[in-house]
Amino acid sequence: MSQVDRSPKPRGIRQTMSDLHIWVGLLAGWILYAMFLTGTASYFRDELSRYTRPEIATPSTLPDAAAVAQRTVTAIMADTPAASQINLSLPSQRMPWVSAMWASPGGRGRHGFDSGLFDASTGAPLQARDTGGGDFFYAFHFNLHYMPAMWGRWIVGLCAMFMLVAIVSGVITHKKIFADFFTFRWGKGQRSWLDGHAAVSVLGLPFHFMITWSGLVMLAVLYMPWGLAKLPDKRQQAEVISEMRLFLPPQKAAGHPAPLTHVGALVQQAEQRWGTGAAGSVQVQNPGDENARVAVVRAQSSRVSTTPNYLLFDGSDGQLLQIKEHSGVAADTQGVLYGLHLGRFADAALRWLYFIVSLAGTAMVGTGLVLWTVKRRAQLPDPQRPYFGFRLVERLNIATVAGLSVAMAAYLWANRLLPVTMDSRAAWEVHLFFLAWAAMFVHATLRTPKRAWIEQFLLAALLLALLPVLTAMTTSHPLWHALAMGDWAFAGTDLTLLALAALHSLLAWRTWRHAPKAKRARPSAASRNAVPEAGA
Amino acid sequence: MSVSRTASVLAWLPLVSRILAALFGGYALAALCSIAALALPIDGRQAVFTGMLAGFLLHAGAVVWVFAVRSAWRAWLGLVIAALPLCLIAQTVGDGGGA
Repeated sequence: MSQVDRSPKPRGIRQTMSDLHIWVGLLAGWILYAMFLTGTASYFRDELSRYTRPEIATPSTLPDAAAVAQRTVTAIMADTPAASQINLSLPSQRMPWVSAMWASPGGRGRHGFDSGLFDASTGAPLQARDTGGGDFFYAFHFNLHYMPAMWGRWIVGLCAMFMLVAIVSGVITHKKIFADFFTFRWGKGQRSWLDGHAAVSVLGLPFHFMITWSGLVMLAVLYMPWGLAKLPDKRQQAEVISEMRLFLPPQKAAGHPAPLTHVGALVQQAEQRWGTGAAGSVQVQNPGDENARVAVVRAQSSRVSTTPNYLLFDGSDGQLLQIKEHSGVAADTQGVLYGLHLGRFADAALRWLYFIVSLAGTAMVGTGLVLWTVKRRAQLPDPQRPYFGFRLVERLNIATVAGLSVAMAAYLWANRLLPVTMDSRAAWEVHLFFLAWAAMFVHATLRTPKRAWIEQFLLAALLLALLPVLTAMTTSHPLWHALAMGDWAFAGTDLTLLALAALHSLLAWRTWRHAPKAKRARPSAASRNAVPEAGA
Repeated sequence: MSVSRTASVLAWLPLVSRILAALFGGYALAALCSIAALALPIDGRQAVFTGMLAGFLLHAGAVVWVFAVRSAWRAWLGLVIAALPLCLIAQTVGDGGGA
């Protein structure tokens, strides 16, 4: 890129776009890789949240949503009579318990909110180890960690913008995009890497574009608030926000007590309208007050668009006050993009497709990063002593690509091994994730690159493969039992971890077997410590 | 500063200029687009979404433009030319509620 303006002859568009692609890809690549991989894992966020709470038995059947809502609201109101707000996520096949939040003057959390999990059948509070579960990968994916969430979101947004530019410039660079998709030159060093990079990129191109654009759109109120601020009145501004986040009109308490209407009947009414299982959550404002409001919100799993749909009821007489089901074309476009990104509407088969294409996206970023070093290695003046920038990129690649797998596995190890009674246990699971990752950065600087790749891939394979063993030893959900019971949150996670362990072993083996091709012109250019050129 | 060092710093200036154009010029263009969208003959709330959706794509397009053209001057000139009509349209959009 530095030559863009200095070269005597203007360079072709393909060349300048290639430079642009390479540099935006490299600069944002490491964070993008982490965003892609943790985001990929988040397609199984609910399953991971169950896998990390092995104390909670998987129920054989799901009770009626209306009865569950009524039972849980009653239980919370009995326990916290001063509650001013109660939010419930109703159980689903993927998440068979009630997850609740309630605000009261004595609440311990933010804005006076307490939270808890409740048994769907009995309404009793569920006891489980303190864990971030699948929510950690999900939140890290767009908030990062150890910094205010807003900083994380701006960094992530900048990287997503780089990604969008990398996609557009990559397509322009790659002129024979579909012909090349069917071309794969095995064992040809740099060409194989390029073909592999192109294959995983083109394979999921519509997905990669959608996921990047929609990711930006999801946080557009933060990144691009200028149009919103120009809307003439505040109410309209609130209405825009309410198409992106569930945001009920605020309701003041009257101060006169009145019994809360039968919430179950309202959930039933919603299910009659949208179908069984389509009532996703319930929000109660001012329960036990004359001005109580109950909203039954449609489940995100029941439709693609995430623009909130809900029925709003008067909480004292149960009268239907408002039906929110329509959003307008542009708001729906946004809602569909948002929904496509989250994939919450996906059934099991589509969820697996999401997972696989998203892994291809991760591989796209990973192969792109490695390609940067493969391409430059051939031009090194002295392959034994590469310049600082080359070594930096090489080490960062190792610790990001192979090291993140180790860190993610370490997180699950921490979930299994940290004492259940430990203080701030959930926070320590996350600390151990970052400690393991930091150790991989140190390791990558201490070993020769080839050894660092192999050792980290092997370590990841080992940690992943032993997780099902650890689960069998420390929980009542050993793989054979979970398989026999058809308990897929446990069996599926264990099997996926084993498959990922196999993938990492394969990567380690290919790296170990790899001997860099000696160049015919300069045989001495081959390096003993070359980066793996396998496993694209 | 020696002459050769000055020269090498100067040689980097067009690239720095392009990077600034891509980051900030492109963003400014997207921001203008998100405001100008309010002039569309549709409901204001829908216009806000339209502006957001289009803004990011315009920014990406602007970055590609900035690095595709022959010189840094042209890159800026293109951005200014694209910004002018958006700026004029954005002027016609009323002031917000101060959010």
